[in-house]
Amino acid sequence: MIEARGLSKRFQDKKRGEIRAVDNVSFTCQPGKIYGLLGANGAGKTTTLRMLATILEPTDGTATICGHDVVEQPEKVRANVGFLSTATALYRRLTAQEFVEYFGRLNGLDEATLKKRVDDIFNRLDMNGFRDRRCDKLSTGMMQKTSIARTLVHDPPVMIFDEPTNGLDIMTARTITSFIRECRNNAKTVIFSTHIMSEVEKLCDTIGIIQSGKLLAEGTLAQLRDQHHEQDLEEIFVKVVTPHYTAAEAN
Amino acid sequence: MSLRNVGIVYRKELTEALRDRRTLISTIIVPLFLFPVLSVGFGALAVSLVGKAKEEVPKVMLRGGNDSPAVVEGLKKLDKIQIVPDTADWKDQIINKEIRAAVEIPAGFQSDVAEQKSDTVKVYNYEGEMKSEFATEKVETYMKEYRDRVVRDRLTAKNLPETVLKPFEVTRENVAPPEKVSGAAFGGIIGYMVILLCMTGAMYPAMDLTAGEKERGTMETILSSPISRMHLVLGKFFLILTAALSTAALSVLSMGLSFNVLGHYTGQAGKGGSEAASLVLKLGPKTVLSVFLMALPVAVLFSAVLMTIALFAKTYKEAQSYLTPMTFVVIIPAIAAMLPGVELTPKLSLIPILNVSLLCKELVAGTYHWNYIAIIFASTSVYAAAALFIAIKMFQRESVLFRS
Repeated sequence: MIEARGLSKRFQDKKRGEIRAVDNVSFTCQPGKIYGLLGANGAGKTTTLRMLATILEPTDGTATICGHDVVEQPEKVRANVGFLSTATALYRRLTAQEFVEYFGRLNGLDEATLKKRVDDIFNRLDMNGFRDRRCDKLSTGMMQKTSIARTLVHDPPVMIFDEPTNGLDIMTARTITSFIRECRNNAKTVIFSTHIMSEVEKLCDTIGIIQSGKLLAEGTLAQLRDQHHEQDLEEIFVKVVTPHYTAAEAN
Repeated sequence: MSLRNVGIVYRKELTEALRDRRTLISTIIVPLFLFPVLSVGFGALAVSLVGKAKEEVPKVMLRGGNDSPAVVEGLKKLDKIQIVPDTADWKDQIINKEIRAAVEIPAGFQSDVAEQKSDTVKVYNYEGEMKSEFATEKVETYMKEYRDRVVRDRLTAKNLPETVLKPFEVTRENVAPPEKVSGAAFGGIIGYMVILLCMTGAMYPAMDLTAGEKERGTMETILSSPISRMHLVLGKFFLILTAALSTAALSVLSMGLSFNVLGHYTGQAGKGGSEAASLVLKLGPKTVLSVFLMALPVAVLFSAVLMTIALFAKTYKEAQSYLTPMTFVVIIPAIAAMLPGVELTPKLSLIPILNVSLLCKELVAGTYHWNYIAIIFASTSVYAAAALFIAIKMFQRESVLFRS
């Protein structure tokens, strides 16, 4: 379970002054559901998810993950979260197995549990063929699987995906999307951000549309269609976002 | 929270470092081979070059002296120089190193000497050029001996003893033990090399573990794991420290070995001028150990400072441009300690790097000023702790970790 309450993040920029990257955002994600954060580039998706993953600290407001506050107990929050983004790269000089084991150990697993968990994950994701291959020698697909294995090694109840399919080819992207579905089926709380409409339509139970750091609309796909009298998600998105999409931000 | 996480990070960073060619080169290969190449290589080269220069029979041009056959005969009889006849372009020939020197005997020299009139014999040379200096020296020595002979003859003629001109002798004698003599000469260099290599050893891993991590996109990965940022920075710090210390240790080891080999080589060759090198051989394990111990807080200081600076950079290249100037910040105080006359004072013992460099000079000379050792160890430790504290603080700042 994720509960964000008035989550805000302001940055100081030398040229543009104060920037409200995330502005008073509140939402709830339930276990066994997928929450999709839909927004253009620079809308505040990454900052929001980074705050949930405690990589960044909120300027105002807070969020709780499995009852742990992101500001007060960041280490406990991270122990309950699997975080995956296109920016979360692998340690190239470690083998796939060493890489996953490293994160297992950092999550406090003892050696016996770790071995069992790693064997299980490597079997499940069909990764035994490149277990001992160094990460810099892996194909993109293998790298994605290794990243997935990292997020699973401590079996977290909450999964955070930040534009996980960005820049991936179709087959690799499918590995990720089917993994996201699997997480939902395993009763995990899932939140993911994207700017790809079709992913949202296919995957999400709840959709949040974010622009200029503000959460502008929220609901199931059916609810959004009703509210905005449009069938197509892209049309809905444009309708919601346009009044807030100023020329300055387009730059 | 325990040290377990620090250990996990350290072990993983060590695995990665040992698989990285650049780290291996900067922390193991360079210190291991730098000293042998520098000392044995240059030493052997210098010995053989000096030897060759001494073996060469230099050409010396004789100018004038037609009316002074005695001195001309004497010069021509000198072995190891070849007298060549006078030409008009003698100056150019010296400059172009065709001849090494020219000696000018003034007209009427022999008769002037006989009549006890004073004359000047001029030797023209190429100052600072080694082979020219050798030739000049030989001519000068001969002329001085000639003069002494004239003086002796005159004294004998007047029935006076030689002591009339030399009422007493002045001699000098060294009472400092040989290791202190070599310490004064070489101590500065040893401290300087150890400090500099500590720095080079720490430099590459410091960049790789901070800016390198940002550049490769693993910073976000590691920050999303439950490890606290303090444990993470400590694990990284200890790896950088290990690299700095192993570089220093390997350099001390290879330095000892190279001087041994050099001493052996020059000892066998039996040439003079290598006494200093063989004196350095008297560096005992105690000296080596104490130099190394003093390098410890310096290594901590470097590791923490370099890591903090490199953390600001977004890429490896950017980090390089920040850290390269740091080399000069380190070299200047380290070199200052080698300047003649710079010695430990209470004030200087508080200046980081310079103090350790000065102390190493004393340690190598076998002098243990315990109060200075205490002050320097304590002050350097304080600087090192402050640097480490800043590094930990920087690792908690989003503006540093996610600088855009």
